[in-house]
Amino acid sequence: MNKSIRTSRRAFLAGTAGLVIGTYLAPRGLRAQEAAAGGGGNPLPQPNAFVRIAPDDTVTVIVKHIEFGQGPNTGLATLVAEELDADWSQMRAESAPANDETYKNFAFGSQGTGGSTAMANSYMQMRQVGAMARAMLVAAAAAEWGVPAEEITVEKGKISHPSGQSSSFGAFAEAAAQQQPPAEPVLKDPANFTLIGTDLPKLDTQKKTNGSAIFGMDQYPDGVQTVVLARPPKFGATPGSVDDAAALAVPGVNAVHTLPQGVAVYADSTFAALRGRDALSIEWDESGAETRSSAAMEQEWAAAAKAGGAVVEEEGDLSGLEAEGVEVMEAEFMFPFLAHAPMEPLNGIIEVSGGEARASYGAQFPGGDQMTIAQVLGIDPTAVTVEVTLAGGSFGRRAQQDAHFAAELASVAKAAGDGAYKLVWTREDDIRGGYYRPMTAHYLRAGLDGDGNITGWQNDLANQSIMIGSPMGEMMGAKEIDPTSFEGSNMLPYDFGGRRVSWTKMDAGVPVLWWRSVGSSHTATAVEVFLDELLEAGGKDAVQGRLDLLKEDATRERAVIEKVAEIANWQGRSANGKGYGMAYAKSFGTYVAQIAEVEDRGGVPHVTKVWCAVDCGVAVNPNVIRAQMEGGIGYGLGAALFDEIVIAEGGEVVQSNFDDYRMLRIAEMPAVEVAIIDSTADPTGVGEPGVPPIAPAVINGWRGLTGQKIRRLPIVQPMV
Amino acid sequence: MTNLTVNGKEVTWDIDPETPLLWALRDHEKLTGTKFGCGVAQCGACTVMLNGMPRRSCVTPIGTLEGAEVTTIEGMEGAEFEAVQTAWQGIDVPQCGWCQSGQIMSATALLQMNGAPTDEDIDNAMAGNVCRCATYVRVRQAIHDAAKTMEG
Repeated sequence: MNKSIRTSRRAFLAGTAGLVIGTYLAPRGLRAQEAAAGGGGNPLPQPNAFVRIAPDDTVTVIVKHIEFGQGPNTGLATLVAEELDADWSQMRAESAPANDETYKNFAFGSQGTGGSTAMANSYMQMRQVGAMARAMLVAAAAAEWGVPAEEITVEKGKISHPSGQSSSFGAFAEAAAQQQPPAEPVLKDPANFTLIGTDLPKLDTQKKTNGSAIFGMDQYPDGVQTVVLARPPKFGATPGSVDDAAALAVPGVNAVHTLPQGVAVYADSTFAALRGRDALSIEWDESGAETRSSAAMEQEWAAAAKAGGAVVEEEGDLSGLEAEGVEVMEAEFMFPFLAHAPMEPLNGIIEVSGGEARASYGAQFPGGDQMTIAQVLGIDPTAVTVEVTLAGGSFGRRAQQDAHFAAELASVAKAAGDGAYKLVWTREDDIRGGYYRPMTAHYLRAGLDGDGNITGWQNDLANQSIMIGSPMGEMMGAKEIDPTSFEGSNMLPYDFGGRRVSWTKMDAGVPVLWWRSVGSSHTATAVEVFLDELLEAGGKDAVQGRLDLLKEDATRERAVIEKVAEIANWQGRSANGKGYGMAYAKSFGTYVAQIAEVEDRGGVPHVTKVWCAVDCGVAVNPNVIRAQMEGGIGYGLGAALFDEIVIAEGGEVVQSNFDDYRMLRIAEMPAVEVAIIDSTADPTGVGEPGVPPIAPAVINGWRGLTGQKIRRLPIVQPMV
Repeated sequence: MTNLTVNGKEVTWDIDPETPLLWALRDHEKLTGTKFGCGVAQCGACTVMLNGMPRRSCVTPIGTLEGAEVTTIEGMEGAEFEAVQTAWQGIDVPQCGWCQSGQIMSATALLQMNGAPTDEDIDNAMAGNVCRCATYVRVRQAIHDAAKTMEG
């Protein structure tokens, strides 16, 4: 990982309107090459822009993280605007196209969004870009006005000199492009921030409230055909014989092609494509299909967890469990497969002609997708353009390390030849399409002494690995142990007097993927629910009990737990006929504690209010942070209450759409109060960390109210 | 052949009368503010105004719409709509944004019928609009804010 930024003259685009600042991260090899070539002449990656200042005064930030609701467009524009001293009204944002070198995510080594890394990754880089642009504008103004650059000030998009000279950015955009970029851009003292830390309005709200925002599915290139696929009914099945006569007879259907992924229907309109798909008659080859039911897998997973696996963390030893007078308690938890179900199902445009391809969609790992499209089409990656559009949510679904959607999109074009195609997944394709949050079994065991103190903690997990065997797993060194399978069950801030975590990798033909907060989507529940039960059994308060267990250096953990108890006016696990559940989890570097207020409505928990304290370092945009906590709470609550992908005996997925895969609705959404801890630490992510604590907080609150222990999610079992 | 009015303009669709209004609006009129979310009237992303009332366009065949007046988010106007839109922008309701046209259509219809909705009224009127980003806290707040501006 190399976070230093180098600039070069050649990184500044000439010939485009105004000042365009491109910085690139030169890998060591490239730098050596550059040095060997005397610093010139050697081909560098195409200079690429991070910010564009136009003669009309607009400042456009090119954002390398995809915008699907978590606010990177607004956040990264804020960082640039801060150091540039721009006025917020002149800021714009657009998505960067695929370019793994220029737009790499430092956390992955390639271009991509995920792991709540956007702000952590771009905080320094985008501030540096803003500072560079500012320095170059100032240098241009100094030259034009014949004054020392040090005497020039910039404020709210206005460049001024005490002599009375002043100008907007646009007038100097061209001249600034001719200036030497500063070798070491000087960044502001955070004490002088005027934009970072304020509730700036989001850049995309207006377009998202008048219907004009263009998402992947909203694109209609000339002559585009809509394509839908009939997909195998079981994971691992493939198309066998196909009778497409009836499909081809549907008016508007142009072609049917069998692809590795399924049978594709090409039509002039979406409805014709759907009708054509309905009319297909397909025999599937199920010889390689996964046929186990999820119920059968549950039993296997649970047995594997209980048997114990590879020890992935050990702190002290578990002798405290065997000590005299110690009561050993145990718990088994089961977490189901979960679909992400973003509101906009997967879809994308691909246009192929003359050996070149252009794809445009909500690509979360565009660099890898570009390579995959090139591979499938048998062309050079340089002949493939991937444009990144707005996307209607992801929650992990578009973060495809195997590039399966890109491969399918390219297959659609390869089978049909030159032309423009829009591949659309229906909701049924989405819910039944796999790439689920892995089903996970937890087995926990702990000792309690006569004073109610925990004397040891054992947590054994079993689930499929998301990373092992994948390109990203290779890159990140996940060969035998996949940390995303158990993250959140290890590295706990609590002193349990001895702790051991083990993991068993399970295998199944059901494709799995990271689901908003990944491992912490289940580990936080297992840990925080079992801990809460132990504290209660030991006669301890849920808040004070946790605080007493915190290790000495767990100061940020302590602060969020104390803060949430304060804003919730914590009185204990139940009061006035309501239950109150406490839970804490750190994920992706961000500390979150929540308290849920739970009522009993006909034997079902109803959550009326959630208090949330979050420490994500510097709060770049508090309003966005609050929104992500609200959203994370709602997303996690819906899953905890209702969601489960069930695979029937034989291997078919039972659920298919929002009628049987139940989404949280407005009446079930609690009021949310968020407190953000003041911090000067480097910012960390907020897209995912709101999720992990909500399920355990609700489960603990429900137990506080009813005494019932929840061991299996979802809490509300379907009445099928 | 179906003749109807979309956003005040007369249109004629010479396509399969069973085509859902959603796909006619998107594929044929390129009115992409109306979104596809489920296709079975379970999520509300496709909500439009049909003769002044909110309607799920994904389950409305165009063959039933001869002479109808359809309004999509792009063609909406009026005091309630503007109040809702302004309130939505005021507290940055949208996250990913995909469901928001439908949310705004339903909220506008609610305010047209009930100028001072309670939380329960909002729960009932907005029950059919799913938001996976769970912007519900702000949807509720924005509807109350819009009602207040209408009063004032």
